[in-house]
Amino acid sequence: MMERLIDRMIENVTQLFLLLALAPLVTGVIRTLKARLQTRRGPNILQPYRDLGKLFRKGMVIPETASWIFAATPWIVFFSTVLAGLMIPMVAADAPLGLFGGVLAVIYLLGLGRFFLALSGLDSGSSFGGLGSSREMTISALAEPAMMLAIFTVAIGAGSTGLTEIAGAAIGQNWRFLAPAQMFAFAALALVLIAETGRIPVDNPDTHLELTMIHEAMILEYSGPYLALIEWAASIKQLVLMTLLINCFWPVGLQHTWFGFGALQGIAWLLAKLLLLSCAIVLLETVNAKMRLFRVPELLAVAFTLGSLALVSTFLF
Amino acid sequence: MIAELFLSGIVVWLAGAMASLALWRQPAAARRVTCGAALAGSLLDLAASAAAIFSGSPAVIGLPFGNPVFTWAVRLDPLSAYFNVTLAVLAAAVSLYSFGYLREMEGRRNLGAFGFFFNLLLLSLALVFTASNAFFFLVAWEVMALSSFFLISFEHEKEKTRNAGVLFLIMSHAGSGLMLIAFLVLASASGSLDFSSFHLLASRMPALQQGVVFLLFLFGFGVKAGLVPLHIWLPEAHPVAPSNVSALMSGIVIKTGIYGMARVFFDFYGAPPVWMGTVVLAIGVASALLGVLYALMEHDLKRLLAWHSIENIGIILMGFGAALMFRALGHGNLAALALIAALYHTFNHAMFKGLLFLGAGSVVQATHTRNMEKMGGLIRRMPVTALCFLVGAVAISGLPPLNGFVSEWLTYQALLAGFGTTQSLTRLMFPIAGSLLALTAALAAACFVKAFAIPFLALPRSAEAAEAREASFPMRAGMAVLAVGCVALGLGATWFVRVFDPITQQALGVRASSALVMARGLALSPGTAHGGTISTAGIALIFLLAGAAFAVPLAMRWSRRSVKGPVWDCGLPGLTADNEYTATAFSKPLRMIFSALYRPRREIQAEFEVSPHYPSAIRFESEIELTFEKRLYGPLRERIMAMANRMKGIQAGSINVYLAYIFITLILLLLFGVRG
Repeated sequence: MMERLIDRMIENVTQLFLLLALAPLVTGVIRTLKARLQTRRGPNILQPYRDLGKLFRKGMVIPETASWIFAATPWIVFFSTVLAGLMIPMVAADAPLGLFGGVLAVIYLLGLGRFFLALSGLDSGSSFGGLGSSREMTISALAEPAMMLAIFTVAIGAGSTGLTEIAGAAIGQNWRFLAPAQMFAFAALALVLIAETGRIPVDNPDTHLELTMIHEAMILEYSGPYLALIEWAASIKQLVLMTLLINCFWPVGLQHTWFGFGALQGIAWLLAKLLLLSCAIVLLETVNAKMRLFRVPELLAVAFTLGSLALVSTFLF
Repeated sequence: MIAELFLSGIVVWLAGAMASLALWRQPAAARRVTCGAALAGSLLDLAASAAAIFSGSPAVIGLPFGNPVFTWAVRLDPLSAYFNVTLAVLAAAVSLYSFGYLREMEGRRNLGAFGFFFNLLLLSLALVFTASNAFFFLVAWEVMALSSFFLISFEHEKEKTRNAGVLFLIMSHAGSGLMLIAFLVLASASGSLDFSSFHLLASRMPALQQGVVFLLFLFGFGVKAGLVPLHIWLPEAHPVAPSNVSALMSGIVIKTGIYGMARVFFDFYGAPPVWMGTVVLAIGVASALLGVLYALMEHDLKRLLAWHSIENIGIILMGFGAALMFRALGHGNLAALALIAALYHTFNHAMFKGLLFLGAGSVVQATHTRNMEKMGGLIRRMPVTALCFLVGAVAISGLPPLNGFVSEWLTYQALLAGFGTTQSLTRLMFPIAGSLLALTAALAAACFVKAFAIPFLALPRSAEAAEAREASFPMRAGMAVLAVGCVALGLGATWFVRVFDPITQQALGVRASSALVMARGLALSPGTAHGGTISTAGIALIFLLAGAAFAVPLAMRWSRRSVKGPVWDCGLPGLTADNEYTATAFSKPLRMIFSALYRPRREIQAEFEVSPHYPSAIRFESEIELTFEKRLYGPLRERIMAMANRMKGIQAGSINVYLAYIFITLILLLLFGVRG
């Protein structure tokens, strides 16, 4: 019993470290690759770490009109995102905090962070914040049914919403993503991932003070360490959703257990798969232009249709 | 013991009603008596029903007043007791709140009459939940409807209030009419009016009759519960009532419809045909989605909350529908899971919706408006109200770790497990319902970002909001009780699910809680093999630990480096409330995306003197179309009016003609009797 608990602690700490350390790297890799693909030199891959370090050392300007919600939000967003990250299988099928919640808890914890982020967008009274909050809540609401359909498809296969069970059922079937149901569900979830992480063609993560922005508009009033927390949480969220996508649909390299030589192998596979997915995202971002806001529902309707097809395919094929 | 406690609760409410009526000339005394009696009665009722849930056999109590033809007996079986606990907890908090809330009305309104109907409403609710005889049930139901009508119409000098009251009365009676027919059909089959004789009776009737009775009950109770398309009275009636009454109406009065359905579906029916569950599930999804979509367009704070009641009733019905389908397909354990999800959500909704309406009441009393666009910045003026409202908003949005999340999670689990229960295409309904539940929950979160942020955050948008005063102590206490309830029902989920054992045992013959509780009470599971787990207590604990270890010390360190500064205002001479995002603007994207449903209409008139680029005044008007009111009830009302016009001819006004009518009716009835 005691040994099991200690094992769990080690798993949690390792995954926590991976999440915190890897998330800015993924953001940096995507930025650099994107710049290269657009024949720019781009920033150093490690730039996100430097940005975070700089922000943590700076002072803060708190809007006079803001309430305690403004100060509480960065913490709630950060903690809920990290907590969601501990509930997903990264290296081994065993999610360290799987007992505390499965895929539904992950979605709703991210939802909790978004709820408070939207509140703090409105808290300062600036119209930019309200604009961002309104759009963020709209788009995430519309993304929800497609995401749930895709997740139901995966969860029905495993008979569980627990991610340990879902990943466990997937282990050893490295090519099952070629099944029609899995492919549709993957496509649906990939579209949702783009919308949820605020990437082109839904939102542009590189803009400030543009009327088309969504996520950046919400956090416009944040500065210093609070901004660092929110930015860090945003990149962790991106890592969480990407890991979820690759480990549920393409479990190759996912280990049965956390311990021994396998774990290193698992980490290596994780990095390789993340790099591949990052390349795909970069390609998608480069060849597409940002959509008008009111075209986004159409994109999400496509995701919903793909999710429905995935569901129907589970018993047709 | 249970009997004595329950009866003394009834007597205290009755005495409170009479005493406050007698004291109508002394408002302060009437207020104290009203709230004191309501509180005492609720606590007695709570003790009785909490004991009754766990006592082995249902307590049958004959009421000491009576009539030889009908038994005035109440029966506290687990289902009745559960709804009574819900009533008692909410009523206790609302009574506490009313001590402060009603003070404002002293001397301006007749508090004696208010207290009379308030206590009568609580009394009739307790009897509706426990009556064990169809006739007695209908009497209690009618008393409840009438006392709610008088409470809704309390501010009767406004025309809108009167109209809403009349609409409520008409719809309520249409519903009671349907129920009455259904009860009479059951009574003629059993030869008795006692509920005990109806047990599993409906399933023994011929298929057609069974279906008709089912639909009559569904729509009869559905009017009270506010299902789409029978909901039209709800967003009119709930907002115009005093806010403590709104909290009771949305929290528990509409749950009488849910209770009625639970009683009929799981007591009178054995294993109903699959289509019944399908119908309930479909209506549940429609109510949930339409309720939240209309709520999003509202900027009247109380109307917004009323629309959310329709949404949550829809979520409850999803659980009921799934439970009925599982029962028809022979999956007792899953039916228990779905029933637990529905009943859990019923309790949860009573807590957070009661809390939100009480919060709205404090805000409305402080700002003298229900329009969100005229509030703002209240979090500084009313910190306790704001915190309580925030707890309610997080809970109703289904976010962890509060109670709304737990019941929605259970609903998802039931829907997910449903896919494997049948091979027919109906199984597609479960995941579709699940995905629409996800949409509903996400839209609800969007709506409550608006409902919290616009009134409470940023700068005040009116002079009243700028000078708002925090609610009085009893009001804050009443809200705090419900906020604690929301937290406790969320974190203590594994402890609370044990309450459902006697209910599912009685309804389905299954005790589910031992399968639902995992890891020594730390985590909740759906009870299926390898099903996912959830631990709200664990999540909350991690938040607390992380907050104490990192957030507090770091925030204190960083606060030394932080300065207050103005908000970026794009170079204007300073941020004013006019720059803020409004509630209408917040929901604008959704209004455009769902324009096929809303059919929005807007009108902009600009006045200018010199150039059209410098208008001196702008008038903006925007409204959406309420589809059901216009397309279903509009033609219906016209049809009824036309028929009434045509009937005018037979109303001659002469007593001889009326006597002739009576005579003809008598002859017809006699002929009918002879033939029969």
